[in-house]
Amino acid sequence: MKIKVKKPDVKIYCDITKCVGCHSCEIACAVEHSKSKNIFSAVKEKPFPKKRVKAEHINGKIISLHCQHCEDAPCVKACMSGALSKDEKTKGTLLDKDKCVGCWMCVMTCPFGAIVRDIENHVAVKCDLCPDRDDYACVVACPTGALFAGTKEEFEKKIKGRKK
Amino acid sequence: MMNKKHIKRSYDPASQKMIKKAEAEDIKIVWDRYDAMQPQCGFGELGICCKICNMGPCRIDPFGEGPQEGVCGATKDTIAARNLARMIAAGTAAHSDHGRDVANTLIMAAKGESHDYALKSTDKLKKVAGVYGIDTSGKSVEKIGEELGEKCLAEFGQQRGNLRFISLAPKKRQQLWEKIGITPRSIDREVVELMHRTNMGVDNDYKNIIKQGMRTSLADGWGGSMIATELQDILLGAPEPVRATVNLGVLKEDQVNIVVHGHEPTLSDVVREAAKDLELLALAKKYGANGINLAGMCCTANEILMRHGIPSAGNFLQQELAILTGAVELMMVDVQCIMPALSNIANCFHTKLVTTSPKCKFPGVEHIEFKEEKALEIAKNIIRLGVENYKNRAKKKIDIPKEVKGLIAGFTTENAFRFLGGKYRSTYRPLNDAIISGRLRGAAGVVGCNNPNIRQDWAHVSMVKELIKNDVLVVQTGCSAIACAKEGLLTPESAFEFAGPGLREVCEAVGIPPVLHVGSCVDNSRILIILSEMVKEGGLGEDLSDLPVAGAAPEWMSEKAVAIGFYVVASGVFTVFGTPHPVLGSENLTKYITHELGDIVGGKFAFEADPIKAAHMMIRHIDLKRKALKLGPMMHQKKIH
Repeated sequence: MKIKVKKPDVKIYCDITKCVGCHSCEIACAVEHSKSKNIFSAVKEKPFPKKRVKAEHINGKIISLHCQHCEDAPCVKACMSGALSKDEKTKGTLLDKDKCVGCWMCVMTCPFGAIVRDIENHVAVKCDLCPDRDDYACVVACPTGALFAGTKEEFEKKIKGRKK
Repeated sequence: MMNKKHIKRSYDPASQKMIKKAEAEDIKIVWDRYDAMQPQCGFGELGICCKICNMGPCRIDPFGEGPQEGVCGATKDTIAARNLARMIAAGTAAHSDHGRDVANTLIMAAKGESHDYALKSTDKLKKVAGVYGIDTSGKSVEKIGEELGEKCLAEFGQQRGNLRFISLAPKKRQQLWEKIGITPRSIDREVVELMHRTNMGVDNDYKNIIKQGMRTSLADGWGGSMIATELQDILLGAPEPVRATVNLGVLKEDQVNIVVHGHEPTLSDVVREAAKDLELLALAKKYGANGINLAGMCCTANEILMRHGIPSAGNFLQQELAILTGAVELMMVDVQCIMPALSNIANCFHTKLVTTSPKCKFPGVEHIEFKEEKALEIAKNIIRLGVENYKNRAKKKIDIPKEVKGLIAGFTTENAFRFLGGKYRSTYRPLNDAIISGRLRGAAGVVGCNNPNIRQDWAHVSMVKELIKNDVLVVQTGCSAIACAKEGLLTPESAFEFAGPGLREVCEAVGIPPVLHVGSCVDNSRILIILSEMVKEGGLGEDLSDLPVAGAAPEWMSEKAVAIGFYVVASGVFTVFGTPHPVLGSENLTKYITHELGDIVGGKFAFEADPIKAAHMMIRHIDLKRKALKLGPMMHQKKIH
């Protein structure tokens, strides 16, 4: 599996004060993981390309929820086939679909509900931090700038510096 | 208690039972679809998404960092105003197309082309013919009817002059409309012009867009809707107060239940005749049913409720729930507010869904087209389908909630307030005097839809109770009227329990409910005439905007509600909507319609989801108007701060 090495320790954060729940991240994610990478063709692909992010309503707040690439990832521990692993360089949680047997243990253990079942191919799918591109499809698509790709420190800095 | 899903979703116990049943049987209904849709797109909610041209779709970043103008350069003000204006155009189109069909039916009936209709109210015919300047002397009723129908029909495409019904508004109001340039000239023309102006690259000034929006809405309230109301009264009979029942409990376990749902009464009125057909009744008996039970849903319900006392099975959010009782043999629908989901829900039961209008079809659903020439024959055919379907009932699946409430419907411009003066001195004088003397604080119109974004009926009922408690006489239409009828507020007895002392005195003296049912949603035009009559009677100012009155649509969902809201505001009345119009993405537009319009047309909007707070806003407004009219203090009550 070809994985472009991006900056280490980066994951996708969502500024919940800015997310308006437009689902643009979901559409961009599905398109990025389609064969054609084009929205008009992607909607005709069978099986449908799978999105790995979800805009959710939680306790009155809207959040675009992604894989948190946990340091001590429960999904990696639960994976019986070795399909899920931590990348030592980027610290990302990676899924090798060729090794996945579709037991859904990762889906059950993920505390964020960030792993999705691809029923047609019988494999789990999750945020792979867009290996085919230099940036991140959902972050680029976010029209309000709620989504942010960076390290925890960078995100904290951004949150502190935002307009009150 | 409130964390239970069915209680959170609806205030009405009958609805709650059916919601529970849907959950138990894993049938997805409107509230489930609403939950699945969360979160809903903030751009749409704020009104700052534009897909009018193919350079877009464009979205304005409400947080100021991203794009602040569309590809064409449209600002959030322009985009939100265009979107809102197009809602007005669609709402006006819906009401008015209904009016057009009624005018056509009137002409056919007058010419003898449709034998299933007659001109039932000659009083009303002569009155309306007078408004249209038709010389009635020596002419037959049919001739007058034909001329009136043609004149009304011509107003849809009229190229010169103004709509005739505006002459019923107070002089001062007519002059104001003329001065601002919003006098409605024709019905279709205003809709077309609004669509033109909001096309790419035409009207970019949000104030100017809203101005044409108001003109279009006036072509609804004082045009399309008013034509629908007045001509229906002529054709189907002017309503008189009538006792009836409401809620899902009107469905009968041992009878063939036929539910008519939608808005246009031309067919449902004939279906009522057909349900009395002896041959069909015999057929029903053959299948083991003890009769044919007709019930309404939404505004078609209101139309046959106020004219014939046919029971109403419920309001907008109960259309799926009626089918969930398992006891509906057939639901026939015409136009507007008919959920596409009905065909799926009907498939879960034996219920047959039948569409009847060429304008409203569902894939895979039987279509029996309504034609005025053969109205009764078609109505009988539809009922026969229902009767024949009785044998397919699954007895085990039947579960009809017991809830039924009585109500009085059928109040109109002509009868409602005349009652206050009694049979022999029927004028609006006693109503005006009751307000002037402070026995009544004023009046309020509470109207509009249901919406799963607010607990069904709760906002309507809470608001209306708060208003009548404070001596505000309430008039209602549409799904809002059905909501309060289900609570028992539309009975004279409710005055003893819920009305303030002044309102109670009036209700006791005359024997009317504190909450008056004045019809369907096109019948909001009746409220405009009632208000005009109040001004004409004297003592309460010279314009509609002087009156101590307010309007509200606490659970609105349809574009039609936006059109109604605008024609009420443009007629000078302060109006509160529950959830906001999709305009909050534009501060300027929001300020314009919630503040500045007040200085221009006398009426303006407010958005308040809490029905009690909203009622207090209305009461404060009524008190301000009382003060401006230098009316005395309230006889029994203090003002609300």
